[in-house]
Amino acid sequence: MEEPPISRGFRSRRQEQTPKNRVPPGQYVTMDFPVLSAGPTPLNTLEKWTFVVQLGGSQRGKWNWTEFEALPQTTKKTDIHCVTKWSKLDTTWQGVTFDDLLKEAGLTEPPAPYIMAHCDGGYTTNLPVVDLIDGKGMIATRYEGLPIPAEHGGPARLFVPHLYFWKSAKWVRRLRFMERDERGFWESLGYHNYGDPWKEQRYDGD
Amino acid sequence: MMAIETMALPVRRLEWQLAHVREIVVETISVKSLRLHVTGWQGHRPGQHVDIRLTTEGGYQAQRSYSIASAPEDELLALTVERVNNGEVSPYLVDELRAGDQFELRGPIGGYFVWTADMGGPLCLIAGGAGVAPLMAMLRHRDGQSSRPLTLLLYSSRCLDDVIYREELDAMARCDPKLGIVYALTRKQPEGWTGQRGRIDKALLARVCFPPEQNPKIFVCGPTTFVEYVATLLVELGNDPLSIKTERFGPTGG
Repeated sequence: MEEPPISRGFRSRRQEQTPKNRVPPGQYVTMDFPVLSAGPTPLNTLEKWTFVVQLGGSQRGKWNWTEFEALPQTTKKTDIHCVTKWSKLDTTWQGVTFDDLLKEAGLTEPPAPYIMAHCDGGYTTNLPVVDLIDGKGMIATRYEGLPIPAEHGGPARLFVPHLYFWKSAKWVRRLRFMERDERGFWESLGYHNYGDPWKEQRYDGD
Repeated sequence: MMAIETMALPVRRLEWQLAHVREIVVETISVKSLRLHVTGWQGHRPGQHVDIRLTTEGGYQAQRSYSIASAPEDELLALTVERVNNGEVSPYLVDELRAGDQFELRGPIGGYFVWTADMGGPLCLIAGGAGVAPLMAMLRHRDGQSSRPLTLLLYSSRCLDDVIYREELDAMARCDPKLGIVYALTRKQPEGWTGQRGRIDKALLARVCFPPEQNPKIFVCGPTTFVEYVATLLVELGNDPLSIKTERFGPTGG
């Protein structure tokens, strides 16, 4: 549509103190932390929790909760953007960067160009490895200094804040390297394969 | 959950389309349904939603998502909107918008929280407040079928006046022995109310829902706390987590 029609009587209530360049197109800032998941929140016990890095049919790294907690920790303060239109500014997350995870798995460089993240509840999401390296992605286990609540993806969620937040998969348990890109859960259901909020890549074809 | 086959569909962008407001239905004191004509609408599946976009004279735009409440078979596309106080978009849609107005919309969106008649039953629909909207699309779609699966709607509202679509729901249930409707009224019950008083709890779910052995298809929609609570109870009662599809929403910025 060339010229969007003016919505008669509609006025912005946007908080003007929000710097415009921090909120991607079509997003609004929320103070809440909404929850969006396709199914029930999985019940997890830390005793049974493991995290796996997988290449082809083989495990390249496996950690239990205690081992995972002992890995190098990184803290990142940044904004997050959900495809359902809300953005939340200045959120603080702590966890293990993808770079550190590779090192700990004995991999000097990523062995394949794509990743599928597998989660409790069967959820999956796919990402290019370049979007995870150089500090861009981590497995987060703390939000605002505290363990991540289960409904927000705890005990551990993928954290890739420069993409729409569905890519930051909740309840992540396994990262699988792939030679070729495959689509994850929402990516197979009409959502964009990559999901750059600044390009407003919400749905397939955006 | 779900082994989802990667589909090699041609990528078609969801373009913004003009929605013409044909009629506005007052559902409750804070909820209205917008009945829309969308030229060239390609249809939807019950449970899907749309994005809408409003534009001010200054060019500022706001987008929000709303569930579709109408059946695919219905002539007009219906969105049911609850006013979120201090919200930006919902007060406009509920209080300002009139028949004859138009706004932009694109969709349908979402392919998981969906039920179509070919998916069968038994169908267990659990709604909190305005979360009934996408479930209503399923019920309206189901109502138009010659063969209907056993279905339960368990619907939690604050009081009877807050029950959206009440007349239509009651009329549906009256003509359909395979449809059961259970209202739970959390804050205020009319005199002589024999239904559930207070929140949906485990005992009520155990009593009225289909037993897990019948492999019901379960859809839960409502505010986050409601959905978290109900979905957790359903798992505790023995339902396969993968059989429970959830949609959590609002009020967030509305």
